Amino acid sequence: MKIKSQTEKLHLVREFISEAARKYGFDEEAVGKIALAVDEACTNVIKHAYNYAPDREIQVNILKSGPNLEVVITHNGKSFDPEAIKPPNMPDYLRHFRHGGLGMHLMRSLMDKVEYKSASGKKNEVHLLIQLPAGSSRS
Amino acid sequence: MNTFKIDLRETKSINVLDLKGYLDAHTAPELEKAFQKLIDGKKFSIVVNCKDLTYISSAGLGVFMAYIEDVRKNNGDIKLSNMSPKVYNVFDLLGFPLLYDITKDENEAIQRFAAKK
Repeated sequence: MKIKSQTEKLHLVREFISEAARKYGFDEEAVGKIALAVDEACTNVIKHAYNYAPDREIQVNILKSGPNLEVVITHNGKSFDPEAIKPPNMPDYLRHFRHGGLGMHLMRSLMDKVEYKSASGKKNEVHLLIQLPAGSSRS
Repeated sequence: MNTFKIDLRETKSINVLDLKGYLDAHTAPELEKAFQKLIDGKKFSIVVNCKDLTYISSAGLGVFMAYIEDVRKNNGDIKLSNMSPKVYNVFDLLGFPLLYDITKDENEAIQRFAAKK
């Protein structure tokens, strides 16, 4: 699916991803996790890659990749270095009442693998992978 | 159609926010406004009833983090109640139960405010 870079479109992405994940045999708990991870990825694109410009595009594709379900979020905004974002120390984060920056941490916690691919000056991709449930027959 | 709605009511001098629908990057500013209004009105004893909250992302969690310090500095608290397992799991995944008082039901949260007085 393709959406404009607007937060009001996030629920459409969640619905699209949830429906697809169910078809691949994920239970409701896993469906919720996948939808949340994809929401976080798209929110990061809207906020940081497009700096809230509302007229840019985000492409969301789902495919079977070996034993995994792979969700690919493509945009042509600013790329960034995921290595620069270290996982927060949550007890410290909470003790000091910090806020923000939890999206990446959630994505990494919810999915088996999160990868960033960037073709300079062209397009950027966020790849979210999670192992398919046993017996998933969809190809 | 999935939406987000906040209702405010007062019970036993405690301000209760009833959240309904989804709390994501699009709807989080509505919750920010609701907290800001309470704080501007010097109302620091707050219960957020999550019975009808169907979804929360980090943008929603961030709103709670943005106001908890101010509220506690004023001898108040933001307590959360009636979370579905799905919503609780997101809080739990990030360790939020360490910082926030989360109760099974609203009355329990209100009683904890009374017990503190």
